[in-house]
Amino acid sequence: MSEIQFTKEHEWILMKDNIGLVGITDFAQKQLGDIVSVELPSVGNEFKQNDAMAIIDSVKASSDIYCPIDGKIVAVNEELLQSPELINKSPFESGWIVKLEPSNISQLENLMTEEQYNKFVGED
Amino acid sequence: MTQTPFYDQHVSSGAKIVDFHGWEMPLQYSGIIDEHKNLRSNVGLFDVSHMGRFKITGTSAENCVQNLLTNDVTKIGDLQAIYSPMCSESGGILDDVIAYRINEDDFLMVVNSSNIEKDFAWVVSHSQDAHVENITDQMALLALQGPASEEVLKAAGLELNELKRFHLITTKMFDVDCLLARTGYTGEDGFEIFFSSSHTEIWDKLLEIGTNFGIKPVGLGARDTLRLEAGLMLYGNDIDEKTTPLEAPLSWTVKFDCDFIGKSALEKQQVERKLVGFEILGTNRIARKDNAVLADDLKVGIVTSGSFSPTLSKSIGFCFVPVSVSDEQTIQIEIGNKPYDAKVTGTRFYKRG
Repeated sequence: MSEIQFTKEHEWILMKDNIGLVGITDFAQKQLGDIVSVELPSVGNEFKQNDAMAIIDSVKASSDIYCPIDGKIVAVNEELLQSPELINKSPFESGWIVKLEPSNISQLENLMTEEQYNKFVGED
Repeated sequence: MTQTPFYDQHVSSGAKIVDFHGWEMPLQYSGIIDEHKNLRSNVGLFDVSHMGRFKITGTSAENCVQNLLTNDVTKIGDLQAIYSPMCSESGGILDDVIAYRINEDDFLMVVNSSNIEKDFAWVVSHSQDAHVENITDQMALLALQGPASEEVLKAAGLELNELKRFHLITTKMFDVDCLLARTGYTGEDGFEIFFSSSHTEIWDKLLEIGTNFGIKPVGLGARDTLRLEAGLMLYGNDIDEKTTPLEAPLSWTVKFDCDFIGKSALEKQQVERKLVGFEILGTNRIARKDNAVLADDLKVGIVTSGSFSPTLSKSIGFCFVPVSVSDEQTIQIEIGNKPYDAKVTGTRFYKRG
């Protein structure tokens, strides 16, 4: 499994070696505008699917970031604490938010493919 | 929804459009922080044609305006402007306005877009013998702001003759009659330009001639961060009908030796709360309007405006607190049910050098 998948709350998850890399989409960062603060969870925190796990503040709005599937945080992107604008500049690469060890991998089946997500946000 | 005369130009330059009190206005073009920083170091152009404009004329125009405003309108001469609250009988702020005096019998009053109908009814009902006309739709209003704004106007062929702040001239720009005032809402040098709403080409011409000076269009997002850094009040957030100028940091605009509506209420007011600035410590989480302000675990006030300061790279805002709260005192701002330490400051976070 190595295809990027999406939630209706505009997170993405990419599985690699049984660890999920998680961030927010380009559509989401554009909607938020300039991001100025990110509050990250701690490594070891466990979340259920759709639990709020991080908070992003842009100049105009504050948004919760939801966990795409059940799992345990195994790493957070600490560079975001100094450079939250990485999410604007590179939402799918250097702007990643957490790494997650899934506890219920079957939940991936409920998420959207890239094509479905693009249709969902009207950018197909 | 209402559009300004420049709406199509905003859309074609890629602006993100938002509903602002019924107006379809540009929130941002290149991005709030980029537009903000560019204006502070170069120059920016705003479409502020959504602001309300009333023409007040007749032999009693000056008396009419003085009766409406708490500031001393009689101290300004022809072709000068003055900032002032407009209060109700109880001293609450109906709006904050700039009155431009063309001459004794001819004033232009610029009001907030959210208050146009309310203000117009109020001004008409207190017009005495003056004639009041709402000319908002007939006139365009652009704001050219930033340290290079004077150079842009000179490049456009205007002779400013050392026009002072809060002074105005009638002139021609690109062969169009306009009223040019050295006023603004950013804390920088700058100008506000009034002209007939049919001349939408002025927007494009200013952007074109300003290219050499680094001009960028600026939306409402950066307008808010710029005015917040400069310590300027936003009606509906920081001040409203339940707020008096003596609670807001606007005592300097209340001249008790003049006669105006609300004077006796303000003379009697025991001021119990004040609007102060704050800076959130140790994080850039942003406070938003109506977040609670805590001191010693008790709720003592409320946030009226909060945002990110692009100049200081800090989370800043305004809030109401009891008058007993002192400068530099640490308070807490509750954001999403979590308290964050903040330092009480003055309302002016930025002063141009």
